[in-house]
Amino acid sequence: MSARLLIEAAGPGVTIQDEGRFGHSRYGVTPAGPMDLGAYLAATRAAGADCAIEVSLGGMTLRAEGATLCVAVAGGDFDIRLEGRPMPPACLLPLAEGARLALRAGGSGAWCYVAVGGTLDLAPTLGSRATHARSGLGPKPLAAGDVLMLAEAAPPPLEPLALAAPWLASSDAPIRILLGPQADYFTPEEIEAFLMARWRIGARSDRMAYRLEGPAIRHRRGHDIVSDGVAMGAIQIPGDGAPLALMADRQPTGGYPKIATVIGADLGRLAQLRPGEDLSFRAVDWDQAVAARRAYFAAVEAGATRAPLGAAMSAESLLAENLVGGVVNARD
Amino acid sequence: MDYETPRFLDCGESALSVEFGDSVDPAVNARVLALDERLRAAPPAGLRETTPTYRALFLRYEPLEISRAALVAAIEGLIGTAGVEASQPAARWTFPCCYDPEFAEDIGEAAALLGQTAQSLAQLHAGADYRAYMYGFAPGWCYLGGLPQALAIPRRAAPRGPTPRGAALIGGALSLIAASPMPTGWYVVGRTPERMFALNRNPPFLIAPGDAVRFEPIDAKTFLSLEARALAGETVARRETLL
Repeated sequence: MSARLLIEAAGPGVTIQDEGRFGHSRYGVTPAGPMDLGAYLAATRAAGADCAIEVSLGGMTLRAEGATLCVAVAGGDFDIRLEGRPMPPACLLPLAEGARLALRAGGSGAWCYVAVGGTLDLAPTLGSRATHARSGLGPKPLAAGDVLMLAEAAPPPLEPLALAAPWLASSDAPIRILLGPQADYFTPEEIEAFLMARWRIGARSDRMAYRLEGPAIRHRRGHDIVSDGVAMGAIQIPGDGAPLALMADRQPTGGYPKIATVIGADLGRLAQLRPGEDLSFRAVDWDQAVAARRAYFAAVEAGATRAPLGAAMSAESLLAENLVGGVVNARD
Repeated sequence: MDYETPRFLDCGESALSVEFGDSVDPAVNARVLALDERLRAAPPAGLRETTPTYRALFLRYEPLEISRAALVAAIEGLIGTAGVEASQPAARWTFPCCYDPEFAEDIGEAAALLGQTAQSLAQLHAGADYRAYMYGFAPGWCYLGGLPQALAIPRRAAPRGPTPRGAALIGGALSLIAASPMPTGWYVVGRTPERMFALNRNPPFLIAPGDAVRFEPIDAKTFLSLEARALAGETVARRETLL
């Protein structure tokens, strides 16, 4: 029997994601892709996968059938259990035939990636396997009873390994932003208020946008602009003054002024905040944003090293382990 | 307003908006599309994707491969080689459109709000020449400028719907064709059997930003026969090359 994954349970918002559906934004197509690109890359590269299952706070349980599978998990600090045995938050596992892997929301973080080594038998739509539920492109969100076939399965590790991915650790440091593109729609006082505020992630946040609760930000020149393109991490201020941070499922264009954009190095950290959690922003300039991007993707590239469970994570043991092959393109 | 030189606006460190003006205007949009065409013909290293909009070209790029300064210099070089951009469309599409109330659920309400009859609204809508400015909102949703002033109508305060696929909509000073059923605050004044987006057709998207668009009134019987052909994969809107 060919290798398959059985989804035994899936909360809402469990989807297939690859790096995103790019090249069609000119036709109104949302790129989608992972909420936390760094975690996605860590999981897919460790397992040797070309897409991953993005697991939300609702969790997921899956089982292997037909073969022992190579599975990597990385993302927020989820509660991960292999046949009931707790695993570290970032790990590479042999998922034996019939064995059960369960993920539940743990101490922190909102998204976790499960990558299966090999190729999932999913036809791309417009060049991508990324689910965009709103437009119906890509595979449907996963539900209990779904079966994912593997066209090819990668060899599993002999035993569970921890992945060192230090950038995945949560941090209270301010989320760094670059002001603009429409910062001139706000007075310097309003921008100062935006930067000084303590924000809270609103309950109605999803893959499309995170709602930020805090002081209302007032516009100097009205809240309507002629629609233009929108980047992931753009913080738009609609008419009610409540900021929306636009995430992976954003519409490709928008008609509200954008006061600032979260830098690439901090998008994953923003994505991993849960509704009810607090954050603040700090403005940086373009050179600082690029330096942070370089450091972030270098850490992603070097970081997903494997170590036996329980081994001391010394620099020496990390160096002794095989580095995961391939060079990351620092893609956004 | 049409800026003499474009504004370069950072959208984070890996995207840039090149803004040519602040209004919905064919001349501004033509400059956006001309830059888009040149960048697509000879993309600088590190440029990932371009998205033309009404008055700005959105560029996604990899700043570890090309600096902002180098990207801006490349764009300025491309703009510098251009004369006055032609705002003439490259192609004109004619979309069959049925304005019968059974396919145009809001035509009576919109006509009443505009002080028109359903017949005069349909005549004005089908008599106008539209420009396809940009896509947005959802796949295949293409915004059309050129709506007669007499049909300019404020959008509903709250979205309703979902509107059927192929709905011809009016809202603000614009018209558009619904590519898929979605809730909107726009008014459904007609319906085309053509599909703006169909994965089982090559190409999946029909019209290009900058193209001209017209609507041709059809009766319900014609609608149903054209829709059957469209669903089988045929393109029932007509395309003429203008340039």
